[in-house]
Amino acid sequence: MLNWYMLTLVGKDRPGIVARVTTTLFEAGCNLGETSMIRLGRNFTVMMMVQGRDADRLRGALQPVVDELQLTLHIDAIEPGLHQRLVPDVCIRVHGADRAGIVSQVTSRAEQAGLNILDLESDVGGTEAEPIYILQIEGVAAQGVDAIRAALAPLQSDGVKVYVHAIDTLIG
Amino acid sequence: MTIRDILTYPDERLRQVSGPVVQFDAALQANIDDLEETRLAGPAAVGIAAPQIGWFQRVVIVDVSGRKKTRSHGHLVLINPEITEWEGFVLGREGCLSVPDYTGNVVRAERIQLHALDREGKEQSFEMEGFEARAVQHEMDHLDGLLFLDRLVSRRQDLFQRKVYKE
Repeated sequence: MLNWYMLTLVGKDRPGIVARVTTTLFEAGCNLGETSMIRLGRNFTVMMMVQGRDADRLRGALQPVVDELQLTLHIDAIEPGLHQRLVPDVCIRVHGADRAGIVSQVTSRAEQAGLNILDLESDVGGTEAEPIYILQIEGVAAQGVDAIRAALAPLQSDGVKVYVHAIDTLIG
Repeated sequence: MTIRDILTYPDERLRQVSGPVVQFDAALQANIDDLEETRLAGPAAVGIAAPQIGWFQRVVIVDVSGRKKTRSHGHLVLINPEITEWEGFVLGREGCLSVPDYTGNVVRAERIQLHALDREGKEQSFEMEGFEARAVQHEMDHLDGLLFLDRLVSRRQDLFQRKVYKE
């Protein structure tokens, strides 16, 4: 009997981590579901849906790699959940001079207007002297795209550019 | 008319290149009717291509006329279609009857000029843009054994990042 777990691995980034971790999981008889890996700053981060016998075996199998690569491992039991994808119908892009509170303001207003976030990514670009903040969100607009556009419009005046557009998924 | 089974990835038959239609006979008409019936039976597809029902001839159906604020030439049966001009490119989200439970971002030409025959074999040409042009490009890929999966671009990168050059 295989169960589903969410594995979180964080550590200093270096080449080869994904290959080492996934090979170890494969050799331990585990299956991968949906995964998301991204480098944040200098850090390696990954979250993986993994199917395996039990959490102790998973931890045991990964421990040598985790120790060698100095990663932090976290394992949670989760409900099985492949093929549960929601299709996003709105995309929000925000950029402007970096300042505290942008994400909070955008997401709070959008949430009030019916947004369910499926994917959020933010970056700090520009220079150290003049950092810029870039935020990209995809989600489901329960009250429609116009409601979210209206809710975010007031933020434009604070020197932040906000673009809200519908994602029209073509099925063919 | 019959609702046919949709071939789904990774069925190798979706990979084959379809041949041109040469005879505009009763069998062709019957196949077109089945293709349309199958499109309408599925989950809100704006197009379908013959290979998706295991019919390997160059026939696609596109109809985006049911969508709000979308430029459209109505219900189109396109036989032996050819794109003669492309202009601009735009990122959009696509899914496919042959690839259940997955959608992804694909770059397509924004405007196209298209030549095709209709179901009686009469020449027709169109200038298209936006969603309709995307639908035609998606369906025509099927005729060459391609799926939108072959053209995926990153889900995360909506902006095309410019390389930074040191002075």
